[in-house]
Amino acid sequence: MDLLAFARGPALTFALAVFVLGSLWRLIGILALPPWRDLSPAREGAPPDWLAALQGIFGKMIPHKTFLKGGMFAIVNGYVFHIGLAICVFAFAPHILFLKSLFGLSWPGLPNGLVFAVGALTAGSLLAALAYRLTSPVLKLISRGDDYVSWLLTFLPVITGLAAASHIGARYETLLALHVLSICAFLIWFPFGKLMHAVLFVFSRGATGIRFRHRGAQL
Amino acid sequence: MKHDETLDALIERRGVSRRAFLKYASYVATLMALPPGSAAALAEGLAKAKRQSVIWLSFQECTGCTESITRSSSPTLENLIFNFISLDYHHTLMAVSGEAAERARVEAMQANKGKYIVVVDGAVPTKDGGVYSTIAGVSNLQMLEETLRDAYAVVAVGTCAAFGGIPKADPNPTGAVAISELSGGKPLINIPGCPPIPEAMTGVLSYVLSFGKLPELDHFGRPKAFYGETIHDRCYRRPFYERGLFADGFDDEGARQGYCLYKLGCKGPTTYNACATLKWNGGVSFPIQSGHGCLGCSEPDFWDRGGFYRPLPTPLGAMGPALAGAAIAGAALGIGAAVAARSHRNGASATTGKDKE
Repeated sequence: MDLLAFARGPALTFALAVFVLGSLWRLIGILALPPWRDLSPAREGAPPDWLAALQGIFGKMIPHKTFLKGGMFAIVNGYVFHIGLAICVFAFAPHILFLKSLFGLSWPGLPNGLVFAVGALTAGSLLAALAYRLTSPVLKLISRGDDYVSWLLTFLPVITGLAAASHIGARYETLLALHVLSICAFLIWFPFGKLMHAVLFVFSRGATGIRFRHRGAQL
Repeated sequence: MKHDETLDALIERRGVSRRAFLKYASYVATLMALPPGSAAALAEGLAKAKRQSVIWLSFQECTGCTESITRSSSPTLENLIFNFISLDYHHTLMAVSGEAAERARVEAMQANKGKYIVVVDGAVPTKDGGVYSTIAGVSNLQMLEETLRDAYAVVAVGTCAAFGGIPKADPNPTGAVAISELSGGKPLINIPGCPPIPEAMTGVLSYVLSFGKLPELDHFGRPKAFYGETIHDRCYRRPFYERGLFADGFDDEGARQGYCLYKLGCKGPTTYNACATLKWNGGVSFPIQSGHGCLGCSEPDFWDRGGFYRPLPTPLGAMGPALAGAAIAGAALGIGAAVAARSHRNGASATTGKDKE
């Protein structure tokens, strides 16, 4: 079995199994906890819980103007690499084929050149995020190993994907195998580190929205 | 034809013009990506070359490789190269000669000790002493060992000889192996393909005859001149791939427009061969041009790579059971964690209540 067959076969199966197991473990473990009950009456004009949750999820996507000035770079850069990652993952034809093989759904992709350009921008943005983390005294202080591992495991699929697409550094099948293996590492780490925020942010922000709005706070 | 006759003499005898011969030398030099000055050196080397003794062994194979090479584009200089070599033994072509053919093989080995080239098409069965394929009562394994002993070099023609091919495909009932596993350190050139391109074969032969050495090979022992680039890199449908235009079926609008066959399982991106440039039947076409994706036939284990119509980025093997098991285990762990958290909290509340009492 060559490296690519190993990556596409046993490695990917194992990584996806760990991803599913870990994600469900954490998600069900949180969602099956007793619901939070506030026995106090809701403030006058408080929206229903579902609306408060939506306000919490989407309202926080644009930071309060107080934080915009000092954190503009982190906000804009954060949007750049998150949107960039989404485009690379969901708009590149080979990735759509991969997702179709798992879920049976497919959609039209973007031209490779455009996705490649977005990928390069994403890689640059991720490097900028790391530089910011290393140079900001506050961020540096609160950063833990998890943050750096999560960054690395996000960066590796991007950079190996770019290398595979442009055939730089090694033969295509080797680069493709490394790309798939980097995704395997990402999937294995995902449920157990901060990458899980991709799923949990919906619930944490929703719960925060409900609690805040119940007490009359504006979001 | 005498063994010491040079190619130059043969060409003169056959009435082939010097210009045609130089054209052929330039063609081979171009095919093999040799430096510009090499065409003259190649022509000179070929002209002085003496008849090369070749012993062609056919083992576990379908005869497609021999068919491909013997039916290479009609009377050309490539054919002349084949006519020029002294094909002292070819199992398939000489089968009707029986024992006489076997004697010719032994005589050629003795007469050209250390000088003859062994060409092999087909894999070699090794299980149960190699009884699954025998020629004149001799197992392929024995015949290969015996013939290779005093050979100058060995050329494995076709994917079966080069990598085991279809005989080696899972579950490999005969224990088939590639020639590289049995060549015992002899210089080896692999010319894989199912079948290989005839020009790759003649190009390599011309190179060996002219320069007296093996051409530059890749890590699979394939001549880089013919196997240095992927089908995808040289495919005329590549621009469609870059633009994200694909055929989704063999008879849809995308297929009619000639879009990229990547979604239909084309293995061009991971297959190293010259099909897209040299093509087949005298440069008429090649599989992708005829509307079918590349099968990856010049790569090891191409038969066991998850299916010809499975796109490259998709996972190999059935994931369903593993993922279903993981989902059940994850859900059970999650519920268990929540139950433990609830009972912990209830226990803490009860303790707090008791304390208050």
